[in-house]
Amino acid sequence: MNHLQGGFLPHRDGEAGAHKETLSPGHLACAGCGLMPAVKLLQQVLGPRTIFVVPACCYSVIDGAYPSSATGMPVMHCAFETAASSASGVRAGLETLGIRDVTVVALAGDGGTFDIGLQALSSAAERNEDILYFCYDNEAYMNTGIQRSSATPRFSWTTTTPEAIPKAERKKDLGAILAAHRIPYFATASLAYPEDLRRKLKTAKEMKGLRVIHYFCPCPTGWKSDPRHMVRLARLAVESRVFPLHEVFEGECWVLNMDPQPVPAGKYLELQGRFGGRTPDQEAAIQKEVDENWKRLMRKVKAC
Amino acid sequence: MPNDPKKRRSSRILTGNQAAAWAAYLARVQVVSAYPITPQTSIVETLAELLSRAPWPHRFINLESEHSAMASCIGASLAGARVFTATSSQGLLLMHELLHWASGARLPVVLVNVNRAVAPGWNIWADQQDSLSQRDTGFVQIYCETAQEVLDSVIIAYRLAEDVQLPVMVNLDAFFLSHTAEPVEIPSPEEVEGFLPARKPVFRLEVERPRAFGGLIGPEGYQRIREDLARAMDSVLPRMDTIGKGWELSFGRSYSNVEPYRMQDAQLALVASSSVAANSRGVVDDLRSRGVAIGLVRIRTFRPFPKEEILRSLRGVRRVAILDRGFSWGRCGILHQEMQSALYGLAEVDRPKTYGYIIGLGGRDATPELIQEAVQQTLHRENPEPETVWLNANRQAYEPPPRWVSTPSRR
Repeated sequence: MNHLQGGFLPHRDGEAGAHKETLSPGHLACAGCGLMPAVKLLQQVLGPRTIFVVPACCYSVIDGAYPSSATGMPVMHCAFETAASSASGVRAGLETLGIRDVTVVALAGDGGTFDIGLQALSSAAERNEDILYFCYDNEAYMNTGIQRSSATPRFSWTTTTPEAIPKAERKKDLGAILAAHRIPYFATASLAYPEDLRRKLKTAKEMKGLRVIHYFCPCPTGWKSDPRHMVRLARLAVESRVFPLHEVFEGECWVLNMDPQPVPAGKYLELQGRFGGRTPDQEAAIQKEVDENWKRLMRKVKAC
Repeated sequence: MPNDPKKRRSSRILTGNQAAAWAAYLARVQVVSAYPITPQTSIVETLAELLSRAPWPHRFINLESEHSAMASCIGASLAGARVFTATSSQGLLLMHELLHWASGARLPVVLVNVNRAVAPGWNIWADQQDSLSQRDTGFVQIYCETAQEVLDSVIIAYRLAEDVQLPVMVNLDAFFLSHTAEPVEIPSPEEVEGFLPARKPVFRLEVERPRAFGGLIGPEGYQRIREDLARAMDSVLPRMDTIGKGWELSFGRSYSNVEPYRMQDAQLALVASSSVAANSRGVVDDLRSRGVAIGLVRIRTFRPFPKEEILRSLRGVRRVAILDRGFSWGRCGILHQEMQSALYGLAEVDRPKTYGYIIGLGGRDATPELIQEAVQQTLHRENPEPETVWLNANRQAYEPPPRWVSTPSRR
C-alpha cells in the first residue's frame, strides 16, 4: 500500500552503533511487564549520554529503592504532574552549563501523561522543548493498583470501574492532541515490533524539539492476562487495529507504519481478564470504535 | 583608583519588585522560571528585560503555571544551574507540593514571594497568609522592610542557599514594598561576584556519574534524610550571621535575623515583621517620647525561627503585643503562636504575657493609630483575654444590606 512508509532497522546483538544497555537485573518490574524491553531499547539507541526524568509511575518503583538504582543512567524522580516541566528545567539547566549532547528523556505513564501531567506537557509542546517524552501506556493507574485513567479503553474493568459498570468513555486521543501542538515528532510504538521502535527512537534522537513516543505497554497485573502473553498482546493490539503504529511529523504529516491483515478485536480482548465481563453488544461496540478510529487515522494518512 | 569596584556602584530609584529583579540579575541567575501573578509581575518583567542583555548563558522560561515554574526550577537546579522564580499568594499555594520537593531534594532554589491575601474573595493586597502557611515546607523565610533590603537579601539568599543546600524564600509586602519606589544602591557586578561566586553544586545530574535522585526510600532512610534536613535548617541562623557580617564588610549594610529597636529597659514589646514593623517603629518613638517603656522586636528571619535571639531581645519584658498579618484558623495569629512556643521554655516569673492582634489583613492599613490601640489594650488588660483581638474589624461597614442576604427558599 502506498501510504505505508518507514523501513526497519535490523536488530542484531552487538550491532554497530548500538550502545550497551545499563539496566541491571533485580529491578522491581512485574513479570511480563511490557515496559522493560522498551527501557533496554531506549538505552541501546540513546546511549550513555542520557538523563531520565521520571514522575510518579511504575518506573519510579521499578528503578529500585535507595541506595540502589537499576537504570545505570542518571535518574531524576519528580512529582507526578511535572514530567514535562521538570525535564524542561533539566534541559535549560544543562544548556546554560554548555552541555548540549545529552538526551533528556521524560519517562512517564499514561496517568502522568494523559491526565495529571497533560497541562505541563501541553506547555512544553507549545514551547517546543528539546525533550524526548516517552509515554508508556498501560491504560490505567497500575502503580496505585489499577484505577481508571483517561487512557483506559471503553468497557475495561479497573478497580474504580467495576465489572458491573465498566468504563463507559472512550480512550483519549493523545496523538491528535499533540499533533494539534504541531510538535516535530509523534509516534506510536509497540514492543511486538522492536525494529520499528528502534527506528523511531533513532529518528527521535536525531531530531530537536519535543518528540513524543506513545508506547503500548502490556501489563499482565492490571490487564489480568498471562505474563507470557506480553508480546502476543502487543502484536494483537496492532493486528486488530486497536493500537495502530503510526508517526506524525510537524503535526501535519501522518504516516502509517504497519497495515496488517486485520484480525477481530475479540482476539485481542479474549486474552485479558479486564474485558472478561464484556457482553456481545459491548464487544461489537468496541469493534465499531476500532473501525471508526482506523478510518479517522486513514483519512489523515491519505491526506498527506 | 579607577578600578575600584566600589566606585562602580550606582544608585537608582527602584520599587521592591525591581530591586528583587536587579538582585537576581546581579546574582547571575542561569535559569528563570516565570509565571505571572499580581503583584509579582514587575519582578519577572524587569528581570526579563535585564537578562535580555546578560552576557552569560541563561534561559528565561515562561511556564503555564506556578506549579510548573517550581518544577522546572527544581529540574534546572538539579542539573547544576543557579535558578530563580517569583510568585505571590495563590501562586505560592499552587507551588506548595514542590516547595516540599525543593527542600527535600536539598536544592538551593531562591524564590521571591510578594505577600498577598489568599482568596476568596479576590484580594491582591498585602497579607502574609500565603507565606506563613508555607512555614513547614523546609524553605528558609526572610521578610524584608525596604527595597534595599530586598536587593541585599536576595543576593545573600543565594550565598546561604548554596552553602546549606536549602531553598530560600524572600518575602516583601504587596504594594507597600513591591510597588513603592525608593533610592536603592546597586552594587557593582564585580563586587557581587566577589561575594557570591559561581554555584558549585555538591551533587547534580551527570551522565559521567549516573545516580538516581529522589526515588524510593524505606522508613529508616527516610527519617535519616529528614533529620539531615532538620540539621541543615539548624545551621541556617549562625550561617546567616556569618554571611551577614561578610555582606556588611563589603557593602556597609547589616542585617540580622531579629532586629530589636529601643528595647533597652523596655517593659512592653511589639513583635512584628515587614511593613507593620516599619510602622511600629514610629509608634515606639512616639510612646517613648511620652515616657512609655516600649520597644519593638522585628522578626526578619521567620524560618528557622530565631528563638534564642528573640528571647535575648525580650529579657525583662512583661508584656508582648504581637501584630499578625496571618492567622491559623482555630488557634491564633501565626506569629503569635510561634512567640508563645518560643517563650514557653522560660520560667513563669520570667515569661512575658503574649497579647495577639490581627492587623492589616487583605491590605488594610496597619496605621500608627491601630498599633497604638494594640499598645493601649496590652497596657490596660491584666490578662490576654481574649487571646486574639481583631483590630478595628469595623464589621458594621461591611454588613451587607438586607436585600443581599439570601434566604432559603420554601418548597
